[in-house]
Amino acid sequence: LEEARRKSKNRRAKPQRKAKKTSDDEEDEDEDESPRKRGRKKKKRDSDEDEDDEDRSTKKGSKASRKKKAKDESEEESEEDNKKKKNGRNGGGKGASKKTKEEQNKDKKGKGNGKDKGKDKGKDKGGDKKKKGRYHVSYIQGIVYFKPLEEAQEFVERFEGALGKGKGRKWYAYKVMMTKILMGLPYGSIARKTVPRAEQDTAMDFSVLFDFNGYCKYSFIFYGYYNNDRMVGVLKFRLPLSYLLVGVGIFGYSLMVVVRTMARNSNEGGEGAEEGEFTFSWKMFTSWDYLIGNPETADNKYASITTSFKESIVDEQENQKDENIHLRRFLRVLANFMILCSLGGSGFLIYYVVKRSQDFAEMDNKELSWLEKNEVEFVMSLLGLVCPPLFETIAELEDYHPRIALKWQLGRIFALFLGNLYTFLFALFDEVNAKLEKEKVIKNETIWALNEYYANYSSFHNTTDIPPPNVHPADVVRGPCWETGVGIEFVKLIVSDMQVTYLTILIGDFARAVIVRFLNYCWCWDLEAGFPSYGEFDISGNVLGLVFNQGMIWMGAFYAPGLVGLNVLRLLTSMYYQCWAVMSCNVPHERVFKASRSNNFYMGLLLLVLFLSLLPVVYTIMTLPPSFDCGPFSGQEKMYDVVMETIENDLPAFIGNIFTYATNPGLIMPAVLLMILALYYLNTTSKGYQQANLDLKRKMQMARDEEKNRRNNKDSTNQVMKDLEALLPDRSLAPPPEEEEEPPPEVVVEKVAKSPKTKKKKGEKGEVDLQKEVSLAAENPKGPVTRAPGSRGAPAGNAKGTQPGKERSRGGASK
Amino acid sequence: MGNKQTIFTAQQLDAYQVSDHVYSILFYRYRDLAPQLVPLDYTNNPDVKLPYELIGSMPELKDNPFRQRIAEVFSEDGEGNMTLNDFLDMFSVLSEMAPRDLKAYYAFKIYDFNNDDFICKSDLEKTLNKLTRNELTEEEVRMVCEKVLDEADLDNDGRLSLDDFQHMILRAPEFLSTFHIRI
Repeated sequence: LEEARRKSKNRRAKPQRKAKKTSDDEEDEDEDESPRKRGRKKKKRDSDEDEDDEDRSTKKGSKASRKKKAKDESEEESEEDNKKKKNGRNGGGKGASKKTKEEQNKDKKGKGNGKDKGKDKGKDKGGDKKKKGRYHVSYIQGIVYFKPLEEAQEFVERFEGALGKGKGRKWYAYKVMMTKILMGLPYGSIARKTVPRAEQDTAMDFSVLFDFNGYCKYSFIFYGYYNNDRMVGVLKFRLPLSYLLVGVGIFGYSLMVVVRTMARNSNEGGEGAEEGEFTFSWKMFTSWDYLIGNPETADNKYASITTSFKESIVDEQENQKDENIHLRRFLRVLANFMILCSLGGSGFLIYYVVKRSQDFAEMDNKELSWLEKNEVEFVMSLLGLVCPPLFETIAELEDYHPRIALKWQLGRIFALFLGNLYTFLFALFDEVNAKLEKEKVIKNETIWALNEYYANYSSFHNTTDIPPPNVHPADVVRGPCWETGVGIEFVKLIVSDMQVTYLTILIGDFARAVIVRFLNYCWCWDLEAGFPSYGEFDISGNVLGLVFNQGMIWMGAFYAPGLVGLNVLRLLTSMYYQCWAVMSCNVPHERVFKASRSNNFYMGLLLLVLFLSLLPVVYTIMTLPPSFDCGPFSGQEKMYDVVMETIENDLPAFIGNIFTYATNPGLIMPAVLLMILALYYLNTTSKGYQQANLDLKRKMQMARDEEKNRRNNKDSTNQVMKDLEALLPDRSLAPPPEEEEEPPPEVVVEKVAKSPKTKKKKGEKGEVDLQKEVSLAAENPKGPVTRAPGSRGAPAGNAKGTQPGKERSRGGASK
Repeated sequence: MGNKQTIFTAQQLDAYQVSDHVYSILFYRYRDLAPQLVPLDYTNNPDVKLPYELIGSMPELKDNPFRQRIAEVFSEDGEGNMTLNDFLDMFSVLSEMAPRDLKAYYAFKIYDFNNDDFICKSDLEKTLNKLTRNELTEEEVRMVCEKVLDEADLDNDGRLSLDDFQHMILRAPEFLSTFHIRI
């Protein structure tokens, strides 16, 4: 009896990662039945199944079969343990031995219903099973490189005749290609993919669907849908492993892309590009393109020239602003204080609302009004609507350059959203823990129920071969699936965010524009010029919206893979919608400024958001146990165990060793240290380059100044030059007086007379230089022979004499 | 488009140092503006002047805000009525082949609206208004002109001389590419 029980358990356990033996049983039962209905194939299958069981034990001493055998046994053990222990993890058994788990996994993969959906979000395919049958021979021959060939064989055979549901048949016609490669169990075939009986009544209700329950919940959009068989489909697609790797890989890839973009942006000389010597002059004389021969192009050119001038004007005005600095500082501090207060207030509000929602969760769903059900999302969206304009109004106290003001605004809104999001996450965590608790309870119940069933059955029929209980997938007792729950929350958040955005645009921009336009005819004051006028295009709001949307996607994608697809749709519609809105209802910012210069700032923001959204996901992967009955990782202790498994099973042994060494803290610490040192070194080097850049710029500036001085002082300093000449050595040969003497005195003169055009910072430097120059020159009082003796007489006196001259020339030259 | 007999003397051709081909293209464009006025045979240097309206309506010039100034600068009479020589001058200076200094010189003359050999503040204002089609406020215009003088006026006389202008324009990276008309 024990044997029989174990055997059936074997069969059961293989397809499913459920500890609920009932579900497993019925699962297999289904499979068994449909074949039976089909005729010969099923028999074959059944016999195959049994055969395989035997085969596994008898077939060549290949590793695979040995493993299988071991697996069988260990599986049995673990299943027994499962029955005894009441932990929420299936197959984890004692949880200790990974090996057990892997083997079980493998087993499960091999046996039966590994028709999991690939990551490819194709529809549920029905059975290409018949095709499978035909293919299996060639398949065996084809896929040789995988060791467990026998497993493959069984696997394929499992496909045949498995799912005979009508749905499958219909879809088969459409999805032939996909089904060949990435098989997945269609809806309704296994319990995790089915709506539980209790919910079936309401499953198609719009309100339920809208809440992402009902059919949505059990679709491929969410995590819980994916089966946990280790390998899927013809190509032995490792679903759980790939799920994990893709999830993590998305983060890595996004990280790389963002950082690369930032590097590229900074290389294009964003900062120093504007510091031209002749900015305005060039704009005026070289901006018009004489090749333009088309009126439209000309219009565009006029517009762009105008904008460009306005931008430069704004920049210039900022430089010229000259006000009471103390008042400004005080105002800025005040503004920051007020904003901090409002941020704190919003954080508290969210916390309060989340607490309330936890209380609501206890209550019965039907008694809550819509408002109460969605309170959290509602409040968050409301805050997101109200606070940014509030910040902007307060920020007017600060009186910054528009580009800088934009950065401050973005920073503040960022803080706001961050607080909101993390509070939301903490609330979710509480929910997750609650679900985990529930899971344990359910698991116990099902184990108990199963035992009952077996006791009854065996006593009633007096056989040892107990078929698994025939339970429709929908009736299987389901544990709460916390990952799907989290996924649902994220999807709801994003949907509500989208709704709020669209509503805002509709009301805030469109309705406003319509009102202003049409009421203007019969209103006392000019609506267009004064309040409320047309909405300005809000750069900061939109940028942040995009950034945060992306952050939420990053966070939620792991738990709701369909989210990414949903988001793509959302972005598409958003783009067209907002494009229309901007063109028809918005006016540009009053003070024109080059927003594109802050590109790196936005990318930096995105990077920060990426990190912050990475954290929760990684934390859950590392710490929280997956649910036992849903998702690709069900039954394991931690999600990353899949990776361990793969390393142990599929890769050669030495790689496993390498990983073991690599994770040794003794190796990691020095590596971290090395990275820190490298960072420090690169930082220092880059600082050095920056300094060198500054020096070069300064030199260029000085050269320009000298040039200007030379031209400037050609006439006014002739007197000075003549005097200085006397101080210079070796200019005694009779040169044409003007030309040749120009160069050397030039050098001195430049330093002598400070051009008024140079910026103030040069002032002091110039003075110092000229003092030095003159005194140096004074040391060589050799004058040219042609000079009158008088002037040669007192070089020192000349030196002093030149100074007032310098003064004079400087004064004369200054504006 | 008429027969291709030689209609210029060798001397005339040499004077312009452009290839035969370019020269004849320019001539035919000139003639197309007013075929009834312009004879095919130019060996006798006939005295034909096309009025400014015809020049200003050429496709290459009609969208240019400075077309009137360009025509005035290159025309003998200073009114914009151009002979063939003027026409050829104009397009050769504005072509890719012309040397920088020459272009800078003529650019200076174009932007010198009052022809006093200096670009003074009023010239700058006119230039700016033409460039922006009067979109800037007076305050802004004033500020820009002051900044330009600030930057480029080296001898501090409140206006740009040819030297100042050349000094500034020859350093501009885009000058050659924008001050260019292709025909």
